[in-house]
Amino acid sequence: MSLTNEHIKNRLVEKFGDALTNFEESFGMMSFYAPKELNLKVMQFLYDEEDLQFRFLSDLTAVHYPDKKGEELAVVYHLHTFVHNVRLRFKVFTDITTPQVYTATSLYATANWMERETYDFFGVDFVGHPNLVRILNVDEMDYFPMRKEFPLEDQTRVDKDDEMFGRGGNVGI
Amino acid sequence: MSRPVQFNNKVKLVEMPEGLTGEGFFATSFDKVIGLARKNSIWPLPFATSCCGIEFMATMAAHYDLARFGSERLGFTPRQCDLLMVMGTIAKKMAPVLRQVYLQMAEPRWVIAVGACASSGGIFDTYSVLQGIDQVIPVDVYVPGCPPRPEAILDGVMRIQDLVGQESLRRRHSERYKDLMNSYGIE
Repeated sequence: MSLTNEHIKNRLVEKFGDALTNFEESFGMMSFYAPKELNLKVMQFLYDEEDLQFRFLSDLTAVHYPDKKGEELAVVYHLHTFVHNVRLRFKVFTDITTPQVYTATSLYATANWMERETYDFFGVDFVGHPNLVRILNVDEMDYFPMRKEFPLEDQTRVDKDDEMFGRGGNVGI
Repeated sequence: MSRPVQFNNKVKLVEMPEGLTGEGFFATSFDKVIGLARKNSIWPLPFATSCCGIEFMATMAAHYDLARFGSERLGFTPRQCDLLMVMGTIAKKMAPVLRQVYLQMAEPRWVIAVGACASSGGIFDTYSVLQGIDQVIPVDVYVPGCPPRPEAILDGVMRIQDLVGQESLRRRHSERYKDLMNSYGIE
């Protein structure tokens, strides 16, 4: 009796009702949206239930959708159950002006560094994180580089043209 | 009758500085003697982070043989080294480390920026990369190329040798040099 996505969906719906939306299955992996206040409750449920046992957080990151007003930032959780070898993905959306999301560090210790990285690049403020400081960039940076707020490079620049680096130009490549 | 030299007759000797020669003595200025000694015994400190570092390894190896220039001893420590060779991309997070290495070197010290990344940030026009090491430490010679060939690195070392050989003994105490150091917040 292997764990099916149908079964996971039924268990989630009977627990949380219609709070969870957008159930879909892509390449055999189920995903859904959750309200950001419920993210810990959903994960706790998936973690504890004897027939689910999603006890490994394989990835945590964020996506910036500049066009979605009021839910610009999506925090993505990738969960994995070793017992049944099934993966699951869900997103919580938050407004970019109030990017407070509850931290998952108490449930998954691995979330510590992943949330630091997500804060570093997207500016998601994980409430309750024990050490929310930048992890990859310099501390004095005052912006979040992975947000889609920055113009692309001016295409007419010549000071860093390929010719300067021995590619193209008169090399004939 | 002495035997004629048959082998190793292409030995190149360092040119003698200008001076007065007489029976059993040779008089010249202190500057020139010190310069001659320094320029032919430069001890580099390689700070290699990426592809330029690999080119430098080729420069050190037998074919290009950096040791010909008196740089046989490469110190991977700031202790006793004269020449800081920065090769490769320096991320902004690496900048304080590089600066500390420079500060730990004793005067007189020279710096060579090898390749496009160390000189200007190169193709990495990004939020995370330092756009040239001259933002944090003073640089004497820039070697262009991405990456430069070993010949180019040797040329850079020879330019450094010219600078070292001609440097006045008073340069490091001059006001201008102090202003340069102060502009980098050193001392």
